[in-house]
Amino acid sequence: MQALDIKLMRDFRRLWAQALAIALVLGCGVAIFLTSFGMYNALEDTRAAYYERNRFADVFSETRRAPAPLAREIAAIPGVANVETRVVGSVILDIPGRVQTAVGRVISLPNGGEPQLNRPILRAGRLPAPDATGEVAVNEPFAEAHGFAPGDSFQANLNGRKRTLTITGTMLSPEFIYTIGPGQMMPDNAAYGILWMPERAAAAAFDMTGAFNSVALSLTRDANAAQVIDHLDDLLDPYGGFGAYGRDTQLSNSFIDAEIAQLKNLALVLPPVFFGISAFLVNMVLARIIALERSEIGLLKAVGYSDAEICQHYLMLAGLVALVGIVLGFGAGSWLAHALARLYADFFDFPYLIYRVSYDAYAISAAIALAAAGLGAVRSALAAARLSPAVAMQPPAPPRFSRSLFDRALSALRLSQPAMMVFRSILRWPVRAGLTTLGLALAVAVMVAATFTDDALDRIMDVAFSQSNRQDTILLFSEDRPLSVVEEIRRLPGVLAVEGQLFLAAELRHGHLTKRVAVESRPPGTDLSRVIDGQGRVVAPPPGTILLADRLAAQLNAGPGDVIEVEFLGNRQETFRLPVAGLVTQYFGLGAYVDYDTLNTLFRQAPQISSANILLDEAREDALHARLKEMPGLAGTIMLTESRRSFQDTIAENVVIMNTIYATIAILITVGVAYNGARVQLSERARELASLRILGFTRAEVSSILMGETLVLALAAQPLGWLLGWAIAWSMTEGFTSDLYAIPLVLRPATFAQASLVVLGACVGAVLLVRRRLDNLDLVAVMKTRE
Amino acid sequence: MDRPIFRTEAVTKLYDTGGAQVHALAGVDLSLFAGELAVLLGPSGSGKSTLLNILGGLDRATSGKVWFRDLELTALRDRGLTRYRRDHVGFVFQFYNLVPSLSARENVQLVTDVARDPMDPAEALALVGLSHRLDHFPAEMSGGEQQRVAIARAIAKRPEVLLCDEPTGALDSKTGVQVLEALRDINDRFGTTTVVITHNAAIRRMAHRVVRFQDGRITAVEENAQRLAPHEIEW
Repeated sequence: MQALDIKLMRDFRRLWAQALAIALVLGCGVAIFLTSFGMYNALEDTRAAYYERNRFADVFSETRRAPAPLAREIAAIPGVANVETRVVGSVILDIPGRVQTAVGRVISLPNGGEPQLNRPILRAGRLPAPDATGEVAVNEPFAEAHGFAPGDSFQANLNGRKRTLTITGTMLSPEFIYTIGPGQMMPDNAAYGILWMPERAAAAAFDMTGAFNSVALSLTRDANAAQVIDHLDDLLDPYGGFGAYGRDTQLSNSFIDAEIAQLKNLALVLPPVFFGISAFLVNMVLARIIALERSEIGLLKAVGYSDAEICQHYLMLAGLVALVGIVLGFGAGSWLAHALARLYADFFDFPYLIYRVSYDAYAISAAIALAAAGLGAVRSALAAARLSPAVAMQPPAPPRFSRSLFDRALSALRLSQPAMMVFRSILRWPVRAGLTTLGLALAVAVMVAATFTDDALDRIMDVAFSQSNRQDTILLFSEDRPLSVVEEIRRLPGVLAVEGQLFLAAELRHGHLTKRVAVESRPPGTDLSRVIDGQGRVVAPPPGTILLADRLAAQLNAGPGDVIEVEFLGNRQETFRLPVAGLVTQYFGLGAYVDYDTLNTLFRQAPQISSANILLDEAREDALHARLKEMPGLAGTIMLTESRRSFQDTIAENVVIMNTIYATIAILITVGVAYNGARVQLSERARELASLRILGFTRAEVSSILMGETLVLALAAQPLGWLLGWAIAWSMTEGFTSDLYAIPLVLRPATFAQASLVVLGACVGAVLLVRRRLDNLDLVAVMKTRE
Repeated sequence: MDRPIFRTEAVTKLYDTGGAQVHALAGVDLSLFAGELAVLLGPSGSGKSTLLNILGGLDRATSGKVWFRDLELTALRDRGLTRYRRDHVGFVFQFYNLVPSLSARENVQLVTDVARDPMDPAEALALVGLSHRLDHFPAEMSGGEQQRVAIARAIAKRPEVLLCDEPTGALDSKTGVQVLEALRDINDRFGTTTVVITHNAAIRRMAHRVVRFQDGRITAVEENAQRLAPHEIEW
């Protein structure tokens, strides 16, 4: 080994604490990048492979009832490669041993057996026989949730007739990677299952013989999806089409899209913070090392080492720090990716493993880490290389302190000499002080931005459950019913109050912008489900107008006073023009609200409802469910009490995990910045501080100078950190906003206080570690060394 | 001793110290010969270190010319000077300039790693009488021992010239004598041209020639008819 390399290894060993503090920050960046970027790729690749192999469709549409021969016309649309028509429907399930109802989504299997598109993978058992009437295959998670195996059976209320269905096999489908039932907030595999049923049986159950009510298309490579969708709508409109849509709004797919987008955001936002801080720390520490090794550099040059060799020597020191960071990051990142994959396994149903992070992701994250360390080192390393040997061997000139405006201000404050030293030093190295402050501020910001999501979720929960949706249960009808059905439901056991609500599929148009939504309408005097605006007020659409959720209005580029076109789909193929009465801030979905009487007048119909909201006497819940299982015309039930509880549990669990992770991250950043800052200062000021000790200053007084600077900067970092945290939180709310949900920007004083306490605490801890070194300083030795 | 190894012509060096210009060298003409041991004598700031740095390729003259044999040092760029230092020059400094994280042997190896035809580090250390201290770190050695490591480091590459800037400046007389003995020994044994800077006038008596400096100029060049061995010198 070359002597210069021996020096490198010994220097590295001597600097282990500082190197580790930097490597931990760098490792964080590597781990987060590896996890987010790696899982982003893994999720996208796995999904793409699954879609490809199992021929996930490109365009979907539902209709009320279209004749089977229409399939030929659909197949003739230019750009369509394959057409799969099916019968779908919702049924209430009565599962042995389960008190509550469950909802099943029936999907027909073609007579030939396997469908051409959205091909399910048989995981166990066999497909139902084409002419069997009581056989179904179910999605694997549903079977697992109930402990079902092929051969087991349960009961289903098929269009008012209770039938026993026997499970022949379990399946997974690219259509249901994320399986969420109507009105559910997250997957509940016990409450919602997919049932694949032979076409004949399904058609008979839903009165669809010779007809279909769902169609899926695959497109040719050169097809224009938008044109195909328009074409399909034209064909299906006469048969009550609900509007065709592409993969982007297919429910399961759009949830995975949202997750992928979130991973991408994570990969782009957080790691640069860590890499930036690491580069700064490497720069700060290396600049100090090079200042200390001035004469050694001079000597190396004197004996004939070239500029490049010296530059490389110091770059390699940074490289070693990066290497430790990379190893730590690989370890933590692989573990995190595994943990995330496990989490995904709970929510996403893939037939293959998805936690394999590609070697590319490892290589890229290592390259970025090396680049960050190199970037931090390159200035100092070049400065070392450029030092003229004759100059390098002279002691450096004392730093140039001069009187400035600040000094006059400081003198006017009549500060003590130690306080003067603290402030002068900050003013003398303003860039370093500024970057230290920025680093600590970022630690605060990370904490603020992380904890803000709890507060935001609390607000969402409060608005969604306590204020907007106060019912316990929602009954969904398979067809709209007259309002009078409310009286029938009122007589069911346990029902304390019942109110109807109407949902109508519609396409909203403003200019060239269109959006498919469900228009909601509530009979007058209803109170269980309410529309709440951003200020927490209950609002109702004035007659003859429409109220829009603000995110929906933004997508349509419409504001109050604008007139939008509302084309109702399904069996009400009529278009009306309605003025926008106002906008409503909403966190879930894209709501559009029209007055109940207005709709009834427009459609010239007796009042109808598509769902019923129920307030329940919990003691009699079981009796209610027993009756619901027998009730005809019911497409589903939503147990809000249950959703609320499981949503809260999941959130609470995630919040604890996320807060721990982010607090750790904030502490690592703080310690990295504060510890290295204090070590560098101790090194620069050892002589000065030792002189003060010799002059009779106490240990506490001397260390207060050392700790003072870091703590002054840490205090200055707090307001900046709050501001940055606010900005990050704001950009997160923007980034997370999708059609499915929006996150409000809620920041409580406690969030800021908690972030500041953690960061200041970590800062004091880091500085105290350095103080121990100061206390053990050998005064005589320090004074003797030449600097 | 007829062939000059170094030759300087009207060398000046100007330092700009924030407004005031200082003439560190104000026109120096000097020849140094192969195998000679020359002592540069003069008070602080007289320009002797500046000249040594220019001869060693550590610094550049403001004007004038410097030759090492036929090589014009004043015409070389950084890369050429690095090459020149690596191949031909050994340095010894007042403050030893050892790398504290390397042992004696490794400090010498620092030079032998990049030299063309070096000695074994242990051999170089044996020449200065430090065979028993090979694996000691600088902090574990006395000042005289450290300076002898520095000399071993300087001679390990078998340089043609050995440039010593106040080699005994930080040492007491007893250890100083040991260091001077080592230098004289190298000069005798290998014929290495040795230039020693000092402001200790007593040391002049071990030199072949003594060059006196004052205010950036050479004031006198004396030849010693009778050289003394370092242990005979009183200071």
